[in-house]
Formats: sequence, structure tokens, C-alpha cells
Amino acid sequence: MVIDKIKKVNKQEKQEKNEKASDMMIGKWIKCDNCKQILYKEEVHNNFSVCPNCGKHFRISSRRRIKQIADEGTFEEIGAEVETQDPLNFDGYLKKIETLREKTKINEAVKCGTCEINGEKAVLAVMDSNFMMGSMGSCVGERITLAIEKSIELKLPLVIFCVSGGARMQEGIISLMQMAKTSAALAKHNKAGLLYISILTDPTTGGVTASFASLGDVILSEPNALIGFAGPRVIEQTINQKLPEGFQRSEFLLEHGFIDKIVERKDMKETLYKIIKLHKKEVK
Amino acid sequence: MAKITASERVNLARMAERPKALDYINEIFTDFMELHGDRNFGDDKSIIGGIAYLGDSSKKISDFPVTVIGEQKGKNVKENMERNFGMCNPEGYRKALRLMKQAEKFGRPIITFIDTPGAYPGMGAEERGQGEAIARNLMEMSELEVPIICVVIGEGSSGGALAIGVGDRVVMLENAVYSILSPEGFASILYKDASKAKEAAENMKITAQDLKKLNVIDKIISEPEGGAQNDLKQVASSLKEYIIKTIKELEKISKDELVQERYNKFRKMGQY
Repeated sequence: MVIDKIKKVNKQEKQEKNEKASDMMIGKWIKCDNCKQILYKEEVHNNFSVCPNCGKHFRISSRRRIKQIADEGTFEEIGAEVETQDPLNFDGYLKKIETLREKTKINEAVKCGTCEINGEKAVLAVMDSNFMMGSMGSCVGERITLAIEKSIELKLPLVIFCVSGGARMQEGIISLMQMAKTSAALAKHNKAGLLYISILTDPTTGGVTASFASLGDVILSEPNALIGFAGPRVIEQTINQKLPEGFQRSEFLLEHGFIDKIVERKDMKETLYKIIKLHKKEVK
Repeated sequence: MAKITASERVNLARMAERPKALDYINEIFTDFMELHGDRNFGDDKSIIGGIAYLGDSSKKISDFPVTVIGEQKGKNVKENMERNFGMCNPEGYRKALRLMKQAEKFGRPIITFIDTPGAYPGMGAEERGQGEAIARNLMEMSELEVPIICVVIGEGSSGGALAIGVGDRVVMLENAVYSILSPEGFASILYKDASKAKEAAENMKITAQDLKKLNVIDKIISEPEGGAQNDLKQVASSLKEYIIKTIKELEKISKDELVQERYNKFRKMGQY
């Protein structure tokens, strides 16, 4: 009977199902790790994957994010052909990537493409924490760079949703160099007078914070996201004391002048649309 | 000479006696004048910068002005306390950027010396935007319209190294190392055991020889047996010769080409 059931679901559904599973716990119910409330999963997803009780923004897959931001049927992928590289010949790395792809049905830690946001054309890049904690190796760096270059070519605004544990260790120095590569591409984008909106989501740290995430003309963030260069554990070990509550959270960064605005997920699309519309230049 | 392992090079690169940025600056340039502060917050002593002359009378190359920047470690505990072990805060990277923009304004080539265990992971650093400071440098350096030569003289670790490392040429001393983070950090993340740093060092491709093969660096400057401290003058002299020759080459091409070629150089990294 189980086999029959599996046969019935087509490939598309299977993929969605797997990604849903990687979003949150399997099953119909989940427990909010903030307010500990038991929540009906469907209700959470219908609420932008935000806890209806306490407002906690759960981490979401790139697929779900794209669905929330891009107008239906407008997303056309850029850079899907770019593959993960293994410059260090690091033991077990490619095998781990392969297993992860099987498990999550996500092919790398970022998905980029052109799309429309309430009818406004834009280039959208969305990172995915379900894949190697959104870490940036050569594939992520290359795809982001291709997206930036596409946005220069088409003179479109650029929107990047960041979520990352930082540079991908398994690709060593090549991961570090992606910071320079993406930042240099953004310099060109900037020079072309184009708009770049960066959105920091939980968590955005390390090499991504120290490159494209921090370079937006407008930098937005979801509530209570962890944002920083060094991870909290590393800082605590260095200074030998516990960090205060709320340190390196969105609200803290807003206070210290590093982000423009905290936007709840339900308002994100509308906010992006408004900013893009205001920056739109009439084509003569 | 016996083959030196990567972890042996890590030790050489970190040796207290190993020449630091100021040693090279004093050997290679004349009339170095240090300039201080980022104009926003303070003066970070773990990174130094200033103006100087570069030239070689023996080759009839008259002195020309340059801007010099270096991450400065100490040689003993007292100096290291003062220099924060070469770990910079955001104001350090912002001072470097200020001086680089100044160099661009006055058409001076820039030479940077990289020697850091990484950007400082402290509370103040986070409050003042460590990530933003590094990101800003990467972006701005990619567009500076003057030649930039970056030299890894000791330990080049993480974004803290790259923050002054986006140049037209990136060169390394023979025993220097350049990596995404320290072998200890790498081991604790990937092997869940910081004591496996030796093993990590061998696998990370952090030596000048490995990085030349990966096209991350352009040239290796050789060191005497046992390390640069055994003959600072010789290492400084070959470095000086290389820097002068390269600046003269880079000054021949137009500003637009210079910037475009620098873009292409980093654009290719990680694309095979």
C-alpha cells in the first residue's frame, strides 16, 4: 500500500514534500522553539512560516521564499548550471553534497533568477539554510555574481535574501575569494546606478556578512535574526564572558546603525515593491 | 633541503622573530610617515598605514611616492598586547580604506602587507560593524584606480587578511600561509577537534606553493633556509625589486584597464 502511495505522487509533489520536510519537523504538528506552543503546521505555513502565537520567524527554504516574494510563474532561474567545486579535494565533501541533494532536493545554498514583484521586474537571489547552513563556496559565489551581472545587463534592481553560516570551510581559500568576487561585482552594480536591496535573515554571519550582505543600498532584516561577523560562541570564548541578551540580533543592529529597517515577513513583498517602485527611473 | 610540511610553515609564519610589517616597510621604503585614525572612532594599532617613497638608485629608478598599509603584529607579549596580536577592529579596516582612497586621490600606488590571525572577534568589533567594514574594503578596493600590490608576509587568515588583499598582484613569501581561517579553527569546525590542526593544515592548501597552483596568488618570494628572520635584508631586497618592477608595469596600462583586469582576476576564482 505504501509503495502504491509513493508511485502516485508525481515528481513535483515529491520535491515539494521533501522541501517541506526540510523546512521544519515532519508531521502535522510542530512545537515553536520560542514560545513552546504546539502549532498546526499548515496554519504556520499559511502564516508565512511565522508562529501565530509569538511571531517567531521560522527559517524557510529558498523555494518557499521565492513563492512568497516573486509573482506566480515569473521566476526564471539564473546559474542553475553552476556546479559545486571541490578545490581542496576535501575528503568526503562531494559525497556529502550528493547525499544532501538527495535528502533535501535542494541543489545548492542559493537560488537566483529574474522575477516580478507586484509586476516590477527584479533579479532575486535567495539563500537556503537547509543546504550546508547556507555557506558560501564557489558555487554560491558564482551564482550570486552571475545574478549581479545579470542585473547590470538588464538594468534591473537586485534583491538578495541572505542566510548563511559564512564561508564554506570545505572549499578553503576559494570560498574566501568569493567574498572579493561578489563584492567587486556589486561595485560595478553600484557604479551603474542600480538599486540593491539586501535582506538579512536568521542567521547571517561570517563571510557573507563581510561581503554582499552588508553592501545593500537599503538593508532590511527580519525580526530577531542573528546577524554578525564572528559567531556568538567565538566571541564568548575570546572575551571569556557571556554575551548579553539580544546581542547581534536585528534590533541590536538597527540600534547600532547597520540596518535600515526591520520588516516582518508578511510585509516583506509589499515593502520590497515600494522601495523598487520609488527607485524606478523612467526609460526614455 | 628537506621538504617543509604545511604545518611547519604555519609555525614559521607565526614565529615571534619573523619580520613584521614595519621591518619590511623600513627596509623597502624611505621616509615612511605613519598616518593615524579612521576619522570616525579611533586609531587601531593592529594596522598601520602611511606615506613613503619607493625607488632604487642602483637601478636609476628615482623615488616616487606610495601609500603603505600593513597589519602589524608584535614580537613579544608587550608589543602584541599593544598591537592586539595583529587582529584588527573595524576602525582599522576603515583607516586602511581612508588611506587607500587618499592614495587614489593623489595617484599613488598602494602596497599592503598582510599578517593577521584574523579580524578581532570582540563585542566592540561587532557593535561597530566588523562585517560591514571588511565588506566595504572589498568593494572599494576592487575599484581603486591606482596599482595595488598585496604581500602576505606571515599569517593571512580569513576576512581580516582579505580586507586589505584585493590587489592587482597578490604575492606571498615562501613560508607565509594564507587561509580561510586558522588550521585550529578549521579543525574544530570540520573535525570537531582543534588538536587536529596539523592534519587540517596539510589538507587546507594554505602554502604559497599550493595557492600559486590554485591561481590565488601571482608570485612566491623566496626566503633563506630557516625563514625570513635569518636574512631580512635579502628578502626585503627581492620584494622591493618585485614591487618596483610590477608598479612600473601596471602604470603603463590605463586606469580603466587596470580596474577591469583586477575585476577579471577575482572574477575567475572558483570558476573552472
